[in-house]
Amino acid sequence: MTSMTRGLLAAALIGGLLLTATGCPRQEERQAEPTPGQPALAGDITVAGSTAVHPIAQVLAERFSELHPQVRINVQAGGSSAGIRAAREGGADIGMSSRPLKAEEKGLYEVTIAWDGIVPIVHPANPVKDITLVQFREIFVGRLTNWSQLGGPDRAILVVTREEGSGTRGAFEDMVMDDEPITDRAIVQNHNGGIRTTVAGDPNAIGYLSMGALTPEVAVLNVDGVAPSVQAIRDGQFAINRPFLFLTARAPEGVTAAFIEFVLSAEGQAIIAEEGYIPIN
Amino acid sequence: MLLVSSLLAAGSIVLIAVFVLASGLPLIQRVGAWSFLTGKVWSPATGEYGALTMIVGSVVVALAALSLGGGLGLGCAIYLAEFAPKRLAGTVRQAVQLLAGIPSVVYGFYGLSVLVPVIRGLGGGPGHSALAGGIVLSVMILPTVVSVAEDAISAVPDEYRAGALALGATRWQTMSRVLLPAARSGIVAAMVLGSGRAIGETMAVIMVTGNVVRLPGSIFDPVRTLTANIALEMAYAAGEHRQALFAIAIVLFGFVMLLNLLARLAGGRRGVGR
Repeated sequence: MTSMTRGLLAAALIGGLLLTATGCPRQEERQAEPTPGQPALAGDITVAGSTAVHPIAQVLAERFSELHPQVRINVQAGGSSAGIRAAREGGADIGMSSRPLKAEEKGLYEVTIAWDGIVPIVHPANPVKDITLVQFREIFVGRLTNWSQLGGPDRAILVVTREEGSGTRGAFEDMVMDDEPITDRAIVQNHNGGIRTTVAGDPNAIGYLSMGALTPEVAVLNVDGVAPSVQAIRDGQFAINRPFLFLTARAPEGVTAAFIEFVLSAEGQAIIAEEGYIPIN
Repeated sequence: MLLVSSLLAAGSIVLIAVFVLASGLPLIQRVGAWSFLTGKVWSPATGEYGALTMIVGSVVVALAALSLGGGLGLGCAIYLAEFAPKRLAGTVRQAVQLLAGIPSVVYGFYGLSVLVPVIRGLGGGPGHSALAGGIVLSVMILPTVVSVAEDAISAVPDEYRAGALALGATRWQTMSRVLLPAARSGIVAAMVLGSGRAIGETMAVIMVTGNVVRLPGSIFDPVRTLTANIALEMAYAAGEHRQALFAIAIVLFGFVMLLNLLARLAGGRRGVGR
């Protein structure tokens, strides 16, 4: 046998294996067809809006399509404002928003699917336990630079932030920074673990994390006198919170209603918790 | 068959080069090569693209790595090539080569948890610094430096050693006056390849250098390297920003080609060992 034919043989074998491998799940899917007597859920819907909600909507949509193979959900990111507009004008079946609706945007059918909160973290040995939202912003703008200005020791504050474009940084900028830029002296870490390790290792550091990414190695600061907790974020007492909303033009029906129901179900909410956000109950 | 695999291997560099050039050149043309290379402001949000802080960052970190790891690696290579008993040399050589197998994220994590706090204690400042990057990289470049330098020294013909010893030179004189000069080009190549490795490393550097886009005032200041910038921003970059990251890649490409050229020049010159 020449090396050429041997190569061809190997290729044919591998090809055959791949074919059987991809063939298998298809059969399983066929078995998973709906039980008789219950009409199968079918149809296409479009979900569009907030780039912060987009990743979890994507995961939820994939899971929902696994359960209902004849449903296709098209998830698009374009920002909260675009999502609200799309829901109102019919550009999407469901609009996604990561901020509460403004007065002039009301009149839509709103469902809160999750909560998001950002908490300030410091080294456990830091004597400062409480800051205001304004101080939190001033620190990250670079105008408050010493812990003594916050009732702590006379030491320079080390600001630690996520990289530009990160979802957590986006949420932080939306809820805390009020359109001011983060100081260019801030140390940049590109994942939650890096933020935690840096803050846990430096008594002068301050950073921020999503509520879902907290661990005991860092200490959490109260903001405006309120200790961050899942409950305080849900009922809005903790200042740095935002709802993730699904919006429809009128009361949802059909596939749209079924998808929203799934998102609010125990399974849907478990997916949301897994992604690091706060379930609604 | 063999021809095909070699063509594929060589072709991939051409493909990557063409892709990177095609993606990055439009931005360099728009911004201007000079202002791209010497601009101090990198602000994708406002469309300002100056790479100087990151070029300086990469060079400072690589130089720190080379000054720490280069000497160490050369000393190790000399010992392995000329002085070490055979059994011990084998063990040390394997240990050093094992360093090459440790994933860079492990180096980075070690640096972040151990080195950064130590440097903060020594130099004040945040601890995330060019120095921390340099120290981590100095260990990472050891396998390259040691193996290339050792090869160069071992490749010096035995007649040189025999001749020097016959003239009454001590082993140390033989090493410093005969073998090292004869192997000079290979040793230079080892240093250059080591710095190429340092310039290209990404993950470990991101974790310990702080990634601040500012010109560092000292080695204790945080810096952002070219590779770190690409890795930090690529996930979100679109449009012009994406082109700018490819433009950074072109600068990196230039650096690495320059270093390889230097290594080739050093190796091509009269002398023993490549």
